[in-house]
Amino acid sequence: MTSLLNKERPPVFCPGCTHDRIAKVLDSTYQHMGLKGNQIAMVSDIGCSGLFDTFFHTHAFHGLHGRALTYATGMKLAHPELNVIVTMGDGGMGIGGAHFLSACRRNLNLTLLVLNNFNFGMTGGQFSATTPPDAVVGSGFLNELERPMDVCKVAVSAGATYVTRCSAYRKDLAEELERAIRHDGFSVIDIWGICVGRYAKKNRLTPKKIDETLSALPPVEGVVEENQRKEYGKHYREEAGTRKTVPLPSGIEPECTPPGKTRQEIIILGDAGQRIITAGDLLCFAGLSAGLRVTQKNEYNITVLRGPSISEVILSPDEILFTGIETPSVVIAIGQEGVNRRAQLFDRLHPGTLVIRADDVAIPETAARTVTVDFKAQSIRAPERALASLGILARLETAINISMLTAALKDRFREPILSSSLDLVRRAGQNAES
Amino acid sequence: MAISLMEGNEAIAWGAFEAGCRFYAGYPITPATTIFNTMLRLLPPAGGICIQGEDEIASIGSCLGASMAGLKVMTATSGPGLSLYSEHISFAIGSEIPIVITVVQRLGPSTGSATRGADGDIQFMRWGNSGGLPIIALAPSDVRDCFVLTIHAFNLAEEFRCPVFVASNKEVSMTKEGVDIKAVERPGIIDRATPPSGVPFLPFDVAPSRSVPYFLPIGSDFPVRQTSSTHGPDGYITTDPGQIARNQARLRVKLLSAVERFSFHEAFLEKGADTLVLTYGVTARAAKDVYQKFKQTASPVSLLVLKTLWPVPETLIREKAREAKRVIVLEMNDGQYVREVRRILPEKQVDFYGKMNGKLLTPLEIQEVISND
Repeated sequence: MTSLLNKERPPVFCPGCTHDRIAKVLDSTYQHMGLKGNQIAMVSDIGCSGLFDTFFHTHAFHGLHGRALTYATGMKLAHPELNVIVTMGDGGMGIGGAHFLSACRRNLNLTLLVLNNFNFGMTGGQFSATTPPDAVVGSGFLNELERPMDVCKVAVSAGATYVTRCSAYRKDLAEELERAIRHDGFSVIDIWGICVGRYAKKNRLTPKKIDETLSALPPVEGVVEENQRKEYGKHYREEAGTRKTVPLPSGIEPECTPPGKTRQEIIILGDAGQRIITAGDLLCFAGLSAGLRVTQKNEYNITVLRGPSISEVILSPDEILFTGIETPSVVIAIGQEGVNRRAQLFDRLHPGTLVIRADDVAIPETAARTVTVDFKAQSIRAPERALASLGILARLETAINISMLTAALKDRFREPILSSSLDLVRRAGQNAES
Repeated sequence: MAISLMEGNEAIAWGAFEAGCRFYAGYPITPATTIFNTMLRLLPPAGGICIQGEDEIASIGSCLGASMAGLKVMTATSGPGLSLYSEHISFAIGSEIPIVITVVQRLGPSTGSATRGADGDIQFMRWGNSGGLPIIALAPSDVRDCFVLTIHAFNLAEEFRCPVFVASNKEVSMTKEGVDIKAVERPGIIDRATPPSGVPFLPFDVAPSRSVPYFLPIGSDFPVRQTSSTHGPDGYITTDPGQIARNQARLRVKLLSAVERFSFHEAFLEKGADTLVLTYGVTARAAKDVYQKFKQTASPVSLLVLKTLWPVPETLIREKAREAKRVIVLEMNDGQYVREVRRILPEKQVDFYGKMNGKLLTPLEIQEVISND
């Protein structure tokens, strides 16, 4: 096979730099695997390891510091046949730590070569995530205060399926790179090397010293048995294949007649968990069933099962422009938190406004016509109050009527929810008459 | 004629899907999350990919990788996520990677109010990149706009190979409306231009008749280079000041010279009206109410609703403001786009009204602003 090294752009590393050696070994791996340049994408980020993509006649993607794995993820998912080889330094491992963890957890078939030379070579030898505390580097005493990260331990604990720690001077590095590339999942090779331009100037580091240090550590080599599982891309496509295509929402036919011809502005004031937003939806569908224009906007806190929940719905025979509600025609007050949030609203209401109030909810004084409902007496639970209030509203022929609400429920719900909802609406409606 | 109930975010997702988007990556954030939810329903069954990134940087990063592999891509977020997108927005601008970025704005600064609307990131979208080169931003006012402008956003990203923002707002994206989505008129779909065969391909070479390089995906037969470094036509680092300057100028001019072709807007000009109300986004809805009210009176006002915000449609604004003595700019912020309007209409009285309290500008407030000159 022919070399994929770019003859017009030979490596420009410092004489004696380990990166130079790794570039040549990687080329021999590519050759041995019989890969062509268009079958490989080399993804790199910033620093000396970020020069790698320029030395090869392959697809290449060079981006920001620590982000190489993010590009590689998108690329591999879009193009599963590509061999995606990522080079990062120990600097990139620090700034891109979250991406490294995620890549390990995902197990997408990428190969990550960590060109680990224990410092930021390009910017002046500052300490990185792997600098030993006793090293003399360009960050003064700061590296003495931090503990270096064990790339391989992290990779294994985060779920990488192939992890090797080795010296760049290892004799069978080419074969090891090939094993990593052929592994069907995320593979990490933490390759220890010597930065002659910076790190080795003040720290004695030789291939022999690297070997000694490595041999003192528990070996990490190849397939991580306890992490073996499906490759992410294949697994994704497998799952995706079982999902049903989603059609454009079909909508509801305007078959009902609305009770009036004026614009209706309805505010439902409740508490989280009272299905306020669902009631707002139903009001909209009821409006659509009568050919009305509708808008709905909701207000809630960041809390989930606590706090106010408010839905503002406008139903109108004319185009709805401004979606805010200044003086509502209907206020449904069924939760204290919602009422408290909009307490100032009640002062503005006029006698033409209908307020449906739960008898255990206190509202400020208002000029509006108020219907008070004892939901508990009817065994209507808190999450049913909103729908029950729509039943009352429909029975009073205000904003909506029974045929509109029935059409909305039939559009939104399936059995057995539909029958129980229709029953609830009917029961609540009787309450309105009494 | 069946009408469905849809919120702006759903319409954005559907617009993206119909435009051919097949890769979406996002990080959960109110009020943009329902775009992710919808894309997750739409893309996997259609052979597309929707993933949840470990953060916003990863989300947009994987979009850039997928875009360079040939897919149409989108991500969506709100202000805090837009902050994290910054480095990759710069990358997409400088290295001409097509991407649609939906920003569903919420009240800032910082994490601000997750569930309150605002238009506070309008200048941030324009200038939140290193180098200061232009981007495209389109601003929807309603659900229909969300759908149609998102399709336009993809077309523009493909044509100009740049990031295109859909500058939405919680009040547009999370407001539901009745819409006959099937009947909405769709723009035609544009795909990135591939090089003519027989000509040697250089990833950033620009044919004399064009302002944008041809695109070949990473993974095609011919090895393709992409780089965030300052590059020449071959995609390798260049230090040639002439080559660098020419490329920077092209990145600027390719958008600024073309904006007249995509100056989306609605104009309601009244004969003899001294006042032109200029706005965008959700505030356009209240402004239309006011326009209609004044139309019945002896002193009507004109209204210009911008749907293309960046690059500034300068010709359009000058033309529509020609008859006006006074221009009132309305925004859901403390005065961002008004800077552009003042810049291009130095001879006019340009007034501003806006607020930043999570509440919509109301028709009544706007009426008062118009009446008090």
